[in-house]
Amino acid sequence: MTPFYRFQFYLFALMAIVAALLFVTRKSPVAAALWLVNVMFALSGLYVMLDAPFVAAVQVLVYAGAIMVVFIFVVMLLNLGRPGQLPDLRALAPRLGAGVMGLAILANLLAVQRDQLPTVELAPHEDNVVTPVAQSLFTDYLFAFEITSIVLLVAVIGSVMLAKRRATA
Amino acid sequence: MMLADALIVSAILFSIGVVGVLTRRNAIMLFMCVELMLNAVNLSFVTFAKLHGVSGHVFVILVMTIAAAEAAVGLAIVISVFRHFGAVDLPSLKLLRR
Repeated sequence: MTPFYRFQFYLFALMAIVAALLFVTRKSPVAAALWLVNVMFALSGLYVMLDAPFVAAVQVLVYAGAIMVVFIFVVMLLNLGRPGQLPDLRALAPRLGAGVMGLAILANLLAVQRDQLPTVELAPHEDNVVTPVAQSLFTDYLFAFEITSIVLLVAVIGSVMLAKRRATA
Repeated sequence: MMLADALIVSAILFSIGVVGVLTRRNAIMLFMCVELMLNAVNLSFVTFAKLHGVSGHVFVILVMTIAAAEAAVGLAIVISVFRHFGAVDLPSLKLLRR
């Protein structure tokens, strides 16, 4: 593992964490959404470093490209008013509780991960990585794949029904 | 030991998402924090795929699909709630509490 690789890994990790902190502290939903797009790009870089370029491409296309556009579109559609007027944060006691809970969860997750992990060098391989994913997706997980398509169909019909303006009622 | 480092990044991102869900009142911000948590879990999946083969990548793709469906339905509900109440402020939605 070259020092350059290690430097880039930590650069992307730092970018993801800083962008996530900025995302969660923004008042305006649009600014928060843009910082979340930043988190997703940094995570996509991490996926490439972790030898998953196909997942990285799908991350950029689906998350940063499709899902976040839907979020920003809904924010613009609803016209929520100026960020200063929104009662966005909860009261002080729930905020303190949330901070304590977040730290507790973080300590818990870190304690779990202190277990014995095998040492795997994370240098990227030169293999073709799309073929094994497709092989696995269309043989071992074919049923889950097909069920996912039904879930998407149901979600599309459901969201159209929910968001449709009722003409008669 | 960069495997552990990636998992620690994932844990930090997940905790930030949890804190966001617990502190915000805007429903759209809440959904975005849930997306952040899903992303953190995806990072864990990809990291463990280094150990256990490409099944992790397949799961990440399935999780992304479900996240897209969840965002579509959730935002449709948000639009419907906004039409009904004129706001997306979650603590003000206490119709069931009466």
